[in-house]
Amino acid sequence: MPSEISVRVNGVEVSVPQGATVAVAITIAGSACRRSVSGEPRGPLCGMGICFECRAVINGRSHCRSCQIPCEPGMDVKTDE
Amino acid sequence: MSREFQKRFDVLVVGGGPAGIAAAVHAAEHTARVGMVDDNLAPGGQIWRGGSEGKLPEARSWLERFERAGVTTFSATRVFDQPEAGTLLAEQEGKTLELRYEKLILATGARERFLAFPGWTLPNVMGAGGLQAMVKSGLPILGKHVVVAGTGPLLLAVAAYLRKHGAEVHLVCEQASWGRLAAFALGLVRSPGKIGQAWQLNKDLLGIRFAANSWPVAAHGSEKLESVTVSRSGRLQTIPCDYLACGFHLVPNAELAALIGCGIRDGYVSVDENQQTTVTGVYCAGEPTGIGGIEASLVEGQIAGLSAVGRASDAKQFFRERQKTRQFAVRMERAFQLREELKTLPDAETVVCRCEDVRYARLQPHGTWRAAKLHTRCGMGPCQGRVCGPATEFLFGWNPESVRPPIFPSRVESLATMSSDSQ
Repeated sequence: MPSEISVRVNGVEVSVPQGATVAVAITIAGSACRRSVSGEPRGPLCGMGICFECRAVINGRSHCRSCQIPCEPGMDVKTDE
Repeated sequence: MSREFQKRFDVLVVGGGPAGIAAAVHAAEHTARVGMVDDNLAPGGQIWRGGSEGKLPEARSWLERFERAGVTTFSATRVFDQPEAGTLLAEQEGKTLELRYEKLILATGARERFLAFPGWTLPNVMGAGGLQAMVKSGLPILGKHVVVAGTGPLLLAVAAYLRKHGAEVHLVCEQASWGRLAAFALGLVRSPGKIGQAWQLNKDLLGIRFAANSWPVAAHGSEKLESVTVSRSGRLQTIPCDYLACGFHLVPNAELAALIGCGIRDGYVSVDENQQTTVTGVYCAGEPTGIGGIEASLVEGQIAGLSAVGRASDAKQFFRERQKTRQFAVRMERAFQLREELKTLPDAETVVCRCEDVRYARLQPHGTWRAAKLHTRCGMGPCQGRVCGPATEFLFGWNPESVRPPIFPSRVESLATMSSDSQ
């Protein structure tokens, strides 16, 4: 079994496999990554950094493509920016 | 604003998938300073993504050769401009890199083509390759209910992969007709390597229902996907599911080639027999020259790598194999051509441009991509039309116009390094 690490998505602890991306943590948490300009929930589409639908706030930095960033222990992730 | 890092290479490769790896390995055997820039966290591209788990011997052997080759690799790094010939600007973790080259090899790969249909913007509707990439990146799929839909050989590969990892794959919907699929399957006899792959796939696919003449017509849910309605040979069926993996074959990533001024024809980068583009010293290999899959990428990468270091005569040994992969690409394009019915999938309220939430009805009155951009902001968001461009090309026949820097959204600081140079 791969070891797990823990990150916070909107204040809630989420356990993800070592090496998982932030987009995976957000999806496991059941959250949308962002709200579109007309307020629709959006999540990862392309999974490879092209579509920008998985943007989230990671450790206070906004507009991060969460599918291209690996989780680190204690990371703070906020969605719906 | 100064650039924080400068480096000079004899050969610089952009893209770390099979084509880029093959090119870099061959170039590095004949010259010392070979560099690679790759947007992903580790070399391997989409097809060899995610650790050594389950990798085919071919992938392992190429990745090991690459590691031994001594290529200076910049991962998680994205090229956004070429301010002058021979210099690329790239962004890595908030730093701007200036990378100079004598020869450049573009191996920028492909992305999935997405088509708009009601509900396709719901979370958990992903690309077929998109969901696979997420699972390779750690998304648990065990026991999840999945429908796979769209077109192209990727659908079967993804369905097999997901099932192997414990997903309940309820149905694979392929829009192509049985007739076209049969012609394509017969054509595989001409590609012995593909038969082995097909056989392996077959075993992994046992028990998964496959429907030709079938496509998604609507995804349903409030905050995320709950079910999908598909048209199966004209009959509608609604299937509850956790994920819809939906992609309509692949389109080339030709933006950087276009920015550099390489000739492009029907969306693909034009190359000569040595994989050189219309710009001297700039080569292109793999999917941007034609969607041919991994064999094409490896063979073209090797030719480009050898040609870039003045070993064009050594590259000739690969020409015959390349001829075969090109024929395969043509057969694939024919088999998985999009059917006209898919143009009627969006309704007036369906979002086509996801970055700017531009709906179908707002696009309809416009005659060109440029007019639509100016009046609706379609294609003006952070993806810069990479998702809605191919969709509107299919829906309305619009052609994307010339590419302008930065070809990816960049930090203000990075943009400052661009302008300081051009003035």
